[in-house]
Amino acid sequence: MSEYILELENITKEFPGVKALDNIQLKIRKGSVHGLMGENGAGKSTLMKIIFGIYTPDTGIIRFKGKELKVSGPKEAVKNGISMIHQELSPVPHMTVAENIFLGREFSFGKTGWVNNKKMVEESRRLFETLNINIDPTTKMKDLSIANMQMVEIATAVSYNADLIIMDEPTSAITDKEVEQLFGIIRSLQAKGVSIIYISHKMDEIFKICDELTVFRDGQYIGTKSAKEIDENTLIQMMVGREIKQVFHKEKAELLDVILSVKNLSRKGKFQNISFELRKGEILGIAGLMGAGRTEVIECIFGIDTPDTGEIYINGKKVKIKSPEDAIKNKIALLTEDRKLTGAFLPLSIRENMIISNINRFLKGGYINKRLVKEKCNEQVELLNIKTPHLDQLIMNLSGGNQQKVLLARWLLNDPDILILDEPTRGVDVGAKSEIHKLMSKLAQQGKAVIMISSEMPEILGMSDRIIVMHEGIKKGELGREEANQEKILEIAYH
Amino acid sequence: MGNPTSSTATAVNQGSERNLWKEKIGPFISKYGIVFVLLAMVIIMSFLSPSFLKTQNLLNIVRQISFIGIVGIGVTIVIITTGIDLSSGSVIALTSVMVASFAHPGNSLIISLLIGVGVGVACGAINGIISTKGKIPPFISTLGMMTAARGLALLYSDGRPIPNLSDPFMFLGRGVIAGIPVPIIIFALVGIVSHILLAKTKFGKYTYAIGGNVQAAKICGINVDRYLILIYIYAGLLSSIAGMLLTARVSVGQPSMGVSFELDAIAAAVIGGTSLAGGVGTIPGTIIGALIIGVLNNSLDLLGVSSYWQQILKGAIIVSAVLIDSRKNKKA
Repeated sequence: MSEYILELENITKEFPGVKALDNIQLKIRKGSVHGLMGENGAGKSTLMKIIFGIYTPDTGIIRFKGKELKVSGPKEAVKNGISMIHQELSPVPHMTVAENIFLGREFSFGKTGWVNNKKMVEESRRLFETLNINIDPTTKMKDLSIANMQMVEIATAVSYNADLIIMDEPTSAITDKEVEQLFGIIRSLQAKGVSIIYISHKMDEIFKICDELTVFRDGQYIGTKSAKEIDENTLIQMMVGREIKQVFHKEKAELLDVILSVKNLSRKGKFQNISFELRKGEILGIAGLMGAGRTEVIECIFGIDTPDTGEIYINGKKVKIKSPEDAIKNKIALLTEDRKLTGAFLPLSIRENMIISNINRFLKGGYINKRLVKEKCNEQVELLNIKTPHLDQLIMNLSGGNQQKVLLARWLLNDPDILILDEPTRGVDVGAKSEIHKLMSKLAQQGKAVIMISSEMPEILGMSDRIIVMHEGIKKGELGREEANQEKILEIAYH
Repeated sequence: MGNPTSSTATAVNQGSERNLWKEKIGPFISKYGIVFVLLAMVIIMSFLSPSFLKTQNLLNIVRQISFIGIVGIGVTIVIITTGIDLSSGSVIALTSVMVASFAHPGNSLIISLLIGVGVGVACGAINGIISTKGKIPPFISTLGMMTAARGLALLYSDGRPIPNLSDPFMFLGRGVIAGIPVPIIIFALVGIVSHILLAKTKFGKYTYAIGGNVQAAKICGINVDRYLILIYIYAGLLSSIAGMLLTARVSVGQPSMGVSFELDAIAAAVIGGTSLAGGVGTIPGTIIGALIIGVLNNSLDLLGVSSYWQQILKGAIIVSAVLIDSRKNKKA
């Protein structure tokens, strides 16, 4: 038998329009902790879902314990000796900890289907003892802290006695104390010969616990190194390592007065002490990994959430923004990150989607003035080059790029002074993307102030006049357009 | 990470023949399909029963469904917001006894009507405030109102009918203007006003927006709670109007009036294409839905089919309508 427990060869996976994984290889040694690194969208999670049987690869071979492995679902993966800690927690809140751990494999009295609760609790207790976790298995899941839920998730993954455990960002919700505990668990598993794939964005953790590191970038395998023979900077180089090929249409705009000024904004558990200024004519990029707290900050500025402390000034005047209504009155617009969840009204038409946040402008004696609506909406359709046969088309029948343009049009109809764009080109095709970029640049030239959150480095670098770097709820630094590059941003984020 | 957002398929780039089907004929049928169903029923019945197409019979059908129709219009607006109103029937009963206790000969008609309207507005406001500010599903808050308002009606009337209503009041239920029964005229007025409200005003657009995506509605600066409360008040108001018309029609205030009216009203809305998933539904649709129920009941009566069968058929029609609706949604 070979020294590797898991060998992947030439794995390719395509989603409509995107090659998520391109000819990937990966080899995991028996009893090793193998770190997987890469930016958002590098393909790590997709690959893990393939190993765990959630996705099927288009091509390629998975060899597990020397034999070719073909799993059609998580249940089968577990049977073969693979378990996984998922990035997102999915507890059943109203069931006990023990019931959650043994969900789908309950102990029952013979084949009666009658669940043996006592045994589940006993087994859970034994499991927690061996892992040195201090949680009562009879508590309801909903009564646990997020950190403890994560520990239960970890314990569940361990309880399958798997030969390979995939940990997808297992420390995203836990504190240093629990991280130490987790590392203890990992080391004892390792001593028993269990192999672990460890995905994390946290450099210090990676270097502390991993034996080997593999880097992915844009769905491609970049390389595998022993953790001892590589340093942080080289690792960042490997993760970034690309020239920016895309062209960004950023024209120079004159920076005018400060329009928005945020002072010491804090929201417990989300972000602390965020301060920044925004000028008319400026595009301010906010960079950071998922979970950096970027969306949370702008949600507080837009009145979706309320900050615990801190002040917001617009044109030098202190403002209280308690609801999106207030924000709109202050001429702020927010294009949200999740088009389907918080942006589009899917069952409604383009026309209705456009006018909804600004209906008062179209009212005439209480009625909506059809002609005015048509005129203004058609103006936007033309301006943004929205591809649709007519305004009555339902927004759900449009492509992602055109949907995004309709939502942009909605906010432009408000004639805002401050535009906040959260991942404005996510899930948008290349053509629409460049059109949206051109529009952003044009708006800045007209003296509008733009805040753009983006997880795409080239976009951040290409479009921003200034870049704020956030990491784990803290503003780590600021870079001007000229001095900014990918390495610097990652360095600031990680230090 | 890694999994791209799958973009919604565009209908634009497909072959032109399919375009015609997908963009013209398909939507036309799905938009007006329910009208064809009604027309088919009318045509078939006109052959089966000679008395069906007589003016008197047709007026009868419409008058019978005007009460459910009025309630159904309010319920439609509520359902568009993904809500529900189970209290309509009980609000009818409470309105009935409260109004009947005042609308005796010699008392002011206007004040009688104001009392009735007041009952509906109050019940609707309570429904709306408890659902929004109390963050309770409207199913529960209106279920509570359904039980409580019925109890209150029984308590207030001591469980007995309240007779001796004034002639002007009874005219609302029994009168005829230019050959048309008054309830039909009021039904038509309510339908027109509600349709304009829903299709042409801010109130209407916000109703669809709240039902289409409540998160997005908040982000668009809509005061969702305020509009929801207004919507429940409107539904309550329409229930009390139906309550007054029914009371005038039977010439007596009844605490047992309107039992299971809410379910017939919901049925009319659903048959008329209102989606319980929210964001979809029209007043003309609901009126057609109510007419279908009315024609069905009347036809089966004329054909001498037992009322047991009528219930079974009505059930089948409701479920079929939603089945078609959910298939439509799946395709999108």
